[in-house]
Amino acid sequence: MRWWQRLWRRKQMEEQLDKEMRFHLEQHIADLVARGHDPVEARRLARLALGGPEQVKEECRDARGTRWLEDFWQDFRYSLRTLRQRPGFAAVALLTLALGTGATTVMFTVINGVMLKPLAYPQPERLLRLQEKTDFSTHWGDLWAFTYPNFLDCKRESRSLIVAGFSSARGTISEPGDAEHVEGWEITSDLFTVLGVNLSRGRAFLPEEDRPGAPPVAIISYGLWQRRFGASPDALGKSLVFEGKPYTVVGVTPAGLWLDDGLPDVFIPLGQDTSAWLQNREAHGVGAWARLRPGATLAQAQAELAVVGRQLAEQYPKSNKGRTFIADRLRPDVSDVQSSLWLLLGAVGVVLLIACANLASLLLARAVSRERELAMRVALGAGRGRLARQCLTESAVLGLAGGALGVALAAVGVRPFVAFWPGSLPRAEEIQLDWRVLVFALAVSLLCGFLFGLAPALRVSKRELEQTLRAGSRTVVGGSRRLHGAFVMAEVALAVVLLVSAGMLGRTLLRLSSLDTGVNVRNILIGRVGLSADTLENPERTRAVWRDLLDRGRRVPGVESIAMVDTVPMREGDNQIGYWTTPAEPPQDKQPMVLANSVSPDYFKVMGIRLRKGRFLNDQDRLGNESVAVVDEVMAREAFGGEEPLGKYVWIGLGTDPLRVVGVVGHVRQWGLAGDDDRTRVRAQLYYPFEQVPDKLVRRWSELMSLAVRTSVEPLSAVEPLRRVLRGAANDQVLYQASTMEHLARATLARQRFLMLLFGLFAGLALLLSSIGIYGVLEYLTRQRVPEIGVRMALGATAGEVIRLVLRQSLRMILIGVGMGAAGAFAAGRLLQRLVEGMRPAEPLTFAVMISVFLAAALAASFVPARRASRVDPTSALREE
Amino acid sequence: MAAQKSDLPQGTLDLLILKVVALGPVHGYAIAQRLQQVSRDVVQVPQGSLYPALHRLENRGQLAADWQETETGREAKFYRLTRKGRAQLETEAASWLRLTEAVGLILGMSEGGSE
Repeated sequence: MRWWQRLWRRKQMEEQLDKEMRFHLEQHIADLVARGHDPVEARRLARLALGGPEQVKEECRDARGTRWLEDFWQDFRYSLRTLRQRPGFAAVALLTLALGTGATTVMFTVINGVMLKPLAYPQPERLLRLQEKTDFSTHWGDLWAFTYPNFLDCKRESRSLIVAGFSSARGTISEPGDAEHVEGWEITSDLFTVLGVNLSRGRAFLPEEDRPGAPPVAIISYGLWQRRFGASPDALGKSLVFEGKPYTVVGVTPAGLWLDDGLPDVFIPLGQDTSAWLQNREAHGVGAWARLRPGATLAQAQAELAVVGRQLAEQYPKSNKGRTFIADRLRPDVSDVQSSLWLLLGAVGVVLLIACANLASLLLARAVSRERELAMRVALGAGRGRLARQCLTESAVLGLAGGALGVALAAVGVRPFVAFWPGSLPRAEEIQLDWRVLVFALAVSLLCGFLFGLAPALRVSKRELEQTLRAGSRTVVGGSRRLHGAFVMAEVALAVVLLVSAGMLGRTLLRLSSLDTGVNVRNILIGRVGLSADTLENPERTRAVWRDLLDRGRRVPGVESIAMVDTVPMREGDNQIGYWTTPAEPPQDKQPMVLANSVSPDYFKVMGIRLRKGRFLNDQDRLGNESVAVVDEVMAREAFGGEEPLGKYVWIGLGTDPLRVVGVVGHVRQWGLAGDDDRTRVRAQLYYPFEQVPDKLVRRWSELMSLAVRTSVEPLSAVEPLRRVLRGAANDQVLYQASTMEHLARATLARQRFLMLLFGLFAGLALLLSSIGIYGVLEYLTRQRVPEIGVRMALGATAGEVIRLVLRQSLRMILIGVGMGAAGAFAAGRLLQRLVEGMRPAEPLTFAVMISVFLAAALAASFVPARRASRVDPTSALREE
Repeated sequence: MAAQKSDLPQGTLDLLILKVVALGPVHGYAIAQRLQQVSRDVVQVPQGSLYPALHRLENRGQLAADWQETETGREAKFYRLTRKGRAQLETEAASWLRLTEAVGLILGMSEGGSE
């Protein structure tokens, strides 16, 4: 019989054991009778020879070696029985646990999907990201995107890698259908081979298409195929006009493909691009991914790249000195959500610990009240280890049942949570319950079961048996009181940490929301504009088109004023450049940095930026007239110290230097409400007229331009009229990524708001759980003290004195807990300060308020048992003795 | 009671059981009888520890058991040696013989006779 069969065939096994013993006895008796013994005497002798049959059987059961399993089974069924006997307790315990493990599992599911799961490509561990690395650092660090010539050299020289490259190329699709601005990538022909991705339709680019002059071909995303080609199989071979140039569609990507931080809609061959920057060994803008060839190792690849780096550094010292190439595992870039996720997991973990402490004290109270039963069992021969094991089995059963419920909760709750996440959560489609999540949930529930079962179990093994039995109905609570106190303190401390953290986040949010952005955010519409590709060929024409656009936009009903700007405050993207204030250009790494915005004159009016000194830009500031700039207060201070900034000159290296400062305006929070106080960031701002941007830069600048529109109506309602006005003769100019300034400003606090909401929720839960815990423990301890209280009252204590007695006991535990919690909250505050933008060191007021809230709740929870104690009837209490 | 009976040295009961069972399938009572007869009442085999030992050996896979009819037509649990049990018996028996031989040699030394 196999060990697992024994569990199910216990009964059969017992019968066989009994039969074997009986056979032995009867055989022996028969022999003895045959030798002439009296039957009764024979029976006596036989039994004597064998020993007590029950003892022999017990030893046989032990000899099977699977005793623990059978015991476990027994304990398991026993604990199910006891849980059924107390449905109230079971329900509370399961609910608490389900909430705790459920919330923890949701957080882990998200972390697993976003951060832990490997990329969804075949053999993701053999995929690498290649980068350039310099032995010096600029403002942007020491890692660089490739230059195309460097990329080509690495691709050619590497034996152990297949290298693919890509470069961003967003643009406008004007045919088929309405003009639409899309994300595009220029890629080498082997990008999909490197990733191991098969196209859902058609083919990838051929190597010979990855060259200048080859026929223009394009691969489109599954989404674009559905959207613009109606998912028609005839899409292959059709024409697609992208940035004014016709391409033949040759392939469609699979659905749900994820690249870097999203999915571009259009892919075109990088090798066909003849732009000048691609020939320049100093223009960085090509990303590189690679796959290790079969048998090759990462170390080999790295060594090869280092060799190529050295060779190129010798060959092209001007561009490549101190520059090498590195390779490391390709991982999803999720750095901006990482800290939020860990913070939330931590907060949820604290709630779970409080739940465990609650259950531990409940179970402990139960163990104490079952003390005599357990002592009796020991007296009857149960081993202490065995009893401890029984206790742990009980709590493990509770833990696992709670965990199973928690997983069910998580399965339901994870989607709403992801939807609730501010902005889009990277890799959201990877977030699913998988085996990793289940293992995690199992481990958490077992750990919880162990944590809250440990105290009662340890108690079983320590207890003084004899004393317990002799104590009779009077229970000895001394030891458990200390343990109960410890649980209360732990709960209190944990709850205080969460409450104060939530308080700090709330306080931060209040402070940040009340900050002045420097812009009048009401009624401003923001949107990017893609000009027609042939317009951009000619700088003079481009300027004229922009002027015309602004004029026509101004006439749209509901538009008060309209302006163009390249970097919009509080939106993603910024333009940091070095500047200097004397004619000699200092070396690059010595130049102070400024956020340079090229704008049209009305920009200040649209945004409501305040003029401090001098004048705003005006229509006279155009090419041919003197180059001018307007600076903000921060730049005025940083660049000119206490001197008068008006009339001073600034150099920014765009080819129109120097710029004379004609005005000083108020500072605008470019980095958002939370981020702009970060002193490590560039805060100085400078505005120069778009009309004075030199010819060679007009095209690039135009590609980056946005419109800012002040409206007298709801801003988004102006989008459609503006879109119609902008469309242009060839139907190839679009307004895209429309948003409002109010929305952008709010979005900069989205993370803080989200964290505060969840921390608030968890803190509320912690407050509730710990109040229940305090109530439960106090109720129990007071019940144990009923005889003592009876004596006190018989001796003349008043109800008020009894209430004070109980409250004093609870207050001592609570205060110690609050003390520990405050220390923990201080540490948590430091952590939050490091991970959440805009957090200030915790203020005493926050501590005071949150701790008072907690004390009020805790005292309320203690008051109920205290009042009950004060109503003890002395006579009946004493009679109970 | 002619001779004084001695207790069985630790661990030898298993060896003796294996040896008895090696002679052919046999039930518990018969094993007890056989042990008593063969050892001529010199060795006290406590019947109480016989069955736990049998179950232990069965659990270790050295013995296998099934229910068969005895000559008297009753059902009894018969034990037989498995291949693993036979191997165990051989090694145990060999080491037992080596041990007793050594002990015998030592006990046979003449006192003070090493000079």
